[in-house]
Formats: sequence, C-alpha cells, structure tokens
Amino acid sequence: MLDAIIQGLLLGGYYAMLAAGLSLLFGVAKFINLAHGDLAILGAYLVLFGVKVLGLSPWLSVLLSLPIMGILGWLLQKYLFTRTQAAGFLLPLLVTFGLGAVLQNGLYGVFGSDTRSLANYIGDLSWDSWQLTDQISVGKLPVITFACAILVLAGLQLMLSFTRLGRAIRATASDPEAAELNGINANAVHCSVSAIAVMVTGLAGAFLAMRAQITPYDGPVQLIFAFEAVVIGGIGSLWGTLIGGIVLGISQSLGATLISAQWFQLTGHLVFLAVLTARFYSAIAHQRGGWRMFLKQSYFSITGSLPPKVTKTKIKNG
Amino acid sequence: MSAFMVDQLVAKHGLLMAVRGVSFSLEKGEILAIVGANGAGKTTLFCSLSGVHPVDSGRITLNGEDITAWPAHQRVRSGLAMVPEGRRLFVDMTVRENLQIAAEHGRSGDWVLDKVVAALPVLEPILNQVAGGLSGGQRQAVAIARALMCNPSVLLLDEVSLGLSPIAVEGLYQSLEQLKKSKVTSMIIVEQDLKRAIQFSDHLLCLLEGRVALSGCSHELTHKAITQAYFGLEAEETENA
Repeated sequence: MLDAIIQGLLLGGYYAMLAAGLSLLFGVAKFINLAHGDLAILGAYLVLFGVKVLGLSPWLSVLLSLPIMGILGWLLQKYLFTRTQAAGFLLPLLVTFGLGAVLQNGLYGVFGSDTRSLANYIGDLSWDSWQLTDQISVGKLPVITFACAILVLAGLQLMLSFTRLGRAIRATASDPEAAELNGINANAVHCSVSAIAVMVTGLAGAFLAMRAQITPYDGPVQLIFAFEAVVIGGIGSLWGTLIGGIVLGISQSLGATLISAQWFQLTGHLVFLAVLTARFYSAIAHQRGGWRMFLKQSYFSITGSLPPKVTKTKIKNG
Repeated sequence: MSAFMVDQLVAKHGLLMAVRGVSFSLEKGEILAIVGANGAGKTTLFCSLSGVHPVDSGRITLNGEDITAWPAHQRVRSGLAMVPEGRRLFVDMTVRENLQIAAEHGRSGDWVLDKVVAALPVLEPILNQVAGGLSGGQRQAVAIARALMCNPSVLLLDEVSLGLSPIAVEGLYQSLEQLKKSKVTSMIIVEQDLKRAIQFSDHLLCLLEGRVALSGCSHELTHKAITQAYFGLEAEETENA
C-alpha cells in the first residue's frame, strides 16, 4: 500500500503540471479551455516531430517545443479566446470544444492513428528505477516528472509574487477593469497567461509521451484529469493544483492496487465527485449561516418538524 | 490649449442615453465639480472619460490629443487617472503592491511612493497590510494614492466621500487641498455634498438626466440656482416650495 501511495504521489506531479495551465487560465481569464487536453497531446506530438523527423534529442526537442507552444497560446488568446469571451460564457466553451476536435483530427491527419511514445528515445530512463526497499522502487522518470512539476509551480509562484508581469496578472485576475484603470493592458496580460498556460501544458504532454503511449484522440481524457485536479485542489490556486493532482494520483493508484486495475480511473472520478459534492454543500451551508443552521433546515424540510434538542446532563461523581 | 476637453459627449446603456451631449473644458491645475441626483449620468460620464465605458459620439481631448477611441490603460499612460466609485482596490494584494502596480504601469513622474506617503500619511502604517482588510477611509486613501502613482495630469475622483465618516472626509479633503495647491494636476470630482463641492472646486457642472443643466464658476453660482438645476425645478416652483 505504501508503494501505491508513493506511485500515486509521483503521478500527482504529472497531473499538477497538466492542470496548472488550466487553473491559471481559469483563474485569470475566467474561462475553461476544453481543448486543454488536446493542447497537451499537441505538445507531445511536437516533441515527437522534433525527435523523429528532425532527429533532435528528446530534451532539446522539449526545449524547442516550449516557445512554439507559448506563441500558439498567445495567438489563440489574441485571435480566438478574447473575441469569443466577449460573447458570454457559452461561446468560449463551444469554441474550445471545436478547437479540440480540430486538433484531434489535425493530428490524426498528420501522424495517423498509431500509438506513439517517446519512451524509445529516452533510453534507460523510461524503465530505470531506484530501489528504496525490497518491496518499494520508484521510477526515475516519475521522480523527474514530479521534480519538474514542483520546479514549474515554484517558478510560476515566484513569477506571480515578485515580478511586474506577475503583479499585473494578479491584478487582472482580481479585477480586470480596475487593472485597466491602473494602466495595465488586460488583454495583453490574458495573452501572456495563455502563452504560459499552453507552454506548461505542452511540457506536461511531453512527459506523458515519455511514460505512456499516446494517440491523437487522448486529449479529452487528459482534460478530465486536469479538471479533476483543479477542482480537488481549488480553482486558481497553484499549490492547490499540486495537492489536487497528488490526491487524484494517490486515489487512482490505491484504487488500482486495493480493488482492481479497472478501478484506476473510477476511484479518481469518485474522489473528485465527493470533493465536488462537499464543496457544493459547504457553499450552501455558508450561505445559510453555517453547518448547524443548514442541517436544522434540512431536517425540517424532510420531517416537517424541528430536530429534538440535545440536552446536556451533568453526571455527579459518587 | 485646454488640458482636458470634452465636446458633445454621448454615452448609452443599451437604448438608454445616459450622457447627452456633455461639453466642458479644464485648464491645468483647475478643479471641476460635477453634481447631480442619482441617475443623472455622473458615473457613466466618468466611465466614458476613463475609457471603461464606450462613447457613442463626441470627442475627448487630453493635452491636445484626441483620446476618444483609446482604451483605458492607454489613457492612464497618457496622464488620465481615475479613482473609481467603490475604490476597486486589489483586495488580495498589499497596499504597497497596489501602489507598485500603478507606478509600474502608469505614467512616470514626480509622484513616487515616498512622496505619496508623505502627502497621505495615513498610508505609512498600512503599507504592508492586505488591502481587503482596510477601513473605508483607508481604502479611499489607498485608491487616491494609487491614482497619484500613475502621475496623472487629470485626476477623476468619483464619489470621493461616499460611505466615509465625517472625520475621514475631513482628512481626505485636507490631503486633496494640498494637491490642489500644487496647481499641477487638474481634478474632476463627483461629490454629493453640494457645500463641499462648491468650496473645493473652481468650476461646477450640474447634470440632470444626462444633460448639463447648469455650469459656471463655483463661487459665482448661488446655492439656490444649483438646487434648482439639481432637481430640475423651475424658478417659480422653488419659490412656491
């Protein structure tokens, strides 16, 4: 079981990296990018293209793919997302859903439907591990992925806290109109955030391709994982995203170990559902003046009477 | 050449025409007070001037440049800053960060952190506090300081004394008085307190249903004339009342 928890923890690093972009974009630009998972897969295929077609080393290909993904994120925000956001909440969802379909079919058209992986190109790293005890070993690639996720999140946190761009991003996330009234170009900030988000997502996609087989149609599953990690950890919080990713990873790993391999995804979905339900009821209880009042009202609406009073009785010694 | 000029400005909320052909001009260092009942169009006018509400027709000129089509951030960088109604501070950030943002993205000039803190001493003990936890008076001081950090040539102050205690209002106007004496920054204030508006400003403009009902030199306009324009009363009606 300890082994399952450790494997889940390391898997959580990947989920956190995958979810960070989604969380950042939602936290600042206030919209959900349904093409997020497909952008991760696009990032993976971009690295594969660099390795297979251009003959680059996998790590160099990853490095070169990042600015390309960043530019793509900037252009998407500037010419697509900003314009659709002006039309309300529904249109960005439909447009990003459509963008996801375009990316899937575009990748299918270029690369075909065969499963592909970067594992063959990273040598021993794809399977090599450190033996911690007789029963527990950790893969080198999952540890590198986890460490990279921590570095990415810490870097983003430092950027948000201590740089001019970071302060502008936080101000725009808080109140875009007030940000404009202080000389901040809110649209440019949204473009920068989108560039960062898509870049980090592409990096997550590259790590996915190193540890697993991918196809052009894997994006929606990755979107669900990212969305679950964001909701579990709290929307808009970077470190919350890490915690969400870890909770999701450990849940899946424990489900697969303690129940059966088929329960890997289902356990994660159930934990997500439980957290979502708890958050929903917590919000309602908060609105109605706390849990005690909420439970009293719920009891009354079901039974038609007030709950019996619980009286405390003192027990005298002797 | 006027520092700030508004010519036949029209702004709408959907089909409702909230600002109807408003015109005025302001010289460097002058103060204009805008008064009017609720719904007269004061806030819409301010939002149109600052660039957060679209202008339907008319022209806004800042230091000779036509800024009518400019977005809000570009107007700030050219010297037009606004203290919006409700302060609109970045509540999760510290006071220092709120001011730093304005300094980083606004116009460069004499107003730096030390000078702003010296002009508004109430800021000194709260610089590292989170803006969300401040009192109404402190929030208003931060909002004004933040606008000053943009080094404006024209400062728009919307409902400056709204929701503040009399002591806080007094302190606030003392600080604004200092700014007035410097004669560098022109100010346009929206103020519900007629007496204070008359005392503080050089010119007064009264809005009624989006139109200019009365305008002139503050010290030449009588309280009665302003009241008539404020409520849209004819002279006879006022006398009968």
